[in-house]
Amino acid sequence: MTTKVITGNEAAATAAKLARVQVIAAYPITPQSPVVETLSAWVESGELPAEFVTVESEHSALTVCITASTVGARVFTATSANGLAYMNEQVWWAAGARLPIVMCIANRAMAAPWNVLNDQQDSMSERDAGWIQLYCRDNQEILDTTIQAYRIAERLNVPVMVCYDGFLLSHTVMPVDVPSAEEIDAFLPPRTAPLQLVDANDPRNIGPVTLADPRADADGVVRPGYMEFRALHHGALLEALDVIPEVDAEYGAAVGRSWGGLTWEYQLADADVALVAAGSLTTQLTLAVEALRAEGVKVGVLGIRAYRPFPAAELRARLAGKQLAVVFDKALSYGYEGPIAGDLKAALFTAENSPVVFGCVCGIGGRDVSPENLADAARRAIADLDSGLRDRTPDWINLRPEGGAR
Amino acid sequence: MSAHEISMSRPSVGEAGATGDWRNEYPVVAAETCVAAKQGKITCQICWAHCPDACIAQGMPPVIDLTYCKGCGICAEVCPHHAIEMRPEAAHGVCAPAEGGVK
Ligand code: SF4
Ligand code: SF4
Repeated sequence: MTTKVITGNEAAATAAKLARVQVIAAYPITPQSPVVETLSAWVESGELPAEFVTVESEHSALTVCITASTVGARVFTATSANGLAYMNEQVWWAAGARLPIVMCIANRAMAAPWNVLNDQQDSMSERDAGWIQLYCRDNQEILDTTIQAYRIAERLNVPVMVCYDGFLLSHTVMPVDVPSAEEIDAFLPPRTAPLQLVDANDPRNIGPVTLADPRADADGVVRPGYMEFRALHHGALLEALDVIPEVDAEYGAAVGRSWGGLTWEYQLADADVALVAAGSLTTQLTLAVEALRAEGVKVGVLGIRAYRPFPAAELRARLAGKQLAVVFDKALSYGYEGPIAGDLKAALFTAENSPVVFGCVCGIGGRDVSPENLADAARRAIADLDSGLRDRTPDWINLRPEGGAR
Repeated sequence: MSAHEISMSRPSVGEAGATGDWRNEYPVVAAETCVAAKQGKITCQICWAHCPDACIAQGMPPVIDLTYCKGCGICAEVCPHHAIEMRPEAAHGVCAPAEGGVK
């Protein structure tokens, strides 16, 4: 193991190299571009013996990954925002075809209007596509999670998005421990016995028209209908609730670092108020916790690592007995509320001893949000609770409707 | 059913089911008009080449397997001698034929 001072994008690229990916296809888009620029330089120099397929769009990038993964290759791609939206059709295909593709998402705001800065609207909007989604809090977690993602994906035959905040992590350097190739080879053996094996002597059409009802194929074997395949896929996502923590623990045993599996907490045990978020916001929330604790407010952080599958049971357990959960979303389901806030409310609906949930929307399109802003939002939420509120519309942190320079 | 099962098919007869039950019109080949039948040799066969369900066998005239013919009418469209006629199904699971067509 060596320690390197690298960006989040370089951490993602390093992880792909350590995973010995065989096919890479990606199209440049800010802030993801340095991931594939780094990988293409390594392929060019021979440092990474992989096939780097240049494409004319993100739709084609994921299509190349789908085909390569179908014939058994370990593949990698990365994108952001409108690039992810452009590949949307194939995002669904990759999941439904049960391909263990790993895709890094350097989270960026969706156009229009055009904006290359960070929020999490891009990947959150792919919530229901049937991918596993893991969110990272720092560059070390990006590297470790991307390697873990292959093991999770290949065990379940479900693709994984590894999401990290654009610029805040993608372009920010920090020390990252890089495991040795031997350590990762032991943790992540080559992809074996691909389900989608292609055999020229036994040709088949993968993902053909699949009608509503199960029916006998030409050999008389009853094959699932569309709905059965979807139920199996859902079952695999639910199985991921066990597999994600298992793989994190196995990585911990192999490399000496693990990240809490589905969720993690900071000073939450004795807290009355939980501050809930995913991604780099959670590290800022730990600073807000320190400020609030200095004032005697019992508050802690509940970090969401796995957003899909949604760790409802674990969140219920961690929040049992709390008075208030304040959720900080960097995305919005327009016309409703932040996606994590909405999902958390649903998860807690029938729970015993569950807290009131208040949502906040922040950091949209790169709007700066400081630990002080987060602490202020927590103070407002606590005041709302004390005033008797049990529900409210999202608090837009740092929204300046009248404009005005800072 | 394995949790990892994916949807796939093999190239073989009937992989998509008995697609004949999708049909509300069926093709009828008139041997007296079909050029292959008239010449008594395997010629033309344009209908065979165009059938998207591969359910036409080459012949004089070509023979259509109505278990799988989905009734698209492409064979009737492409036949240069207008030897194929599409007729309404007399009975259909979903809709009754207009004007009481006969089979
Ligand atoms: S072309 Fe269409 S109508 Fe003609 S035989 Fe084939 S499936 Fe039937
Ligand atoms: S296309 Fe018409 S003429 Fe030619 S073989 Fe078919 S039915 Fe006969």
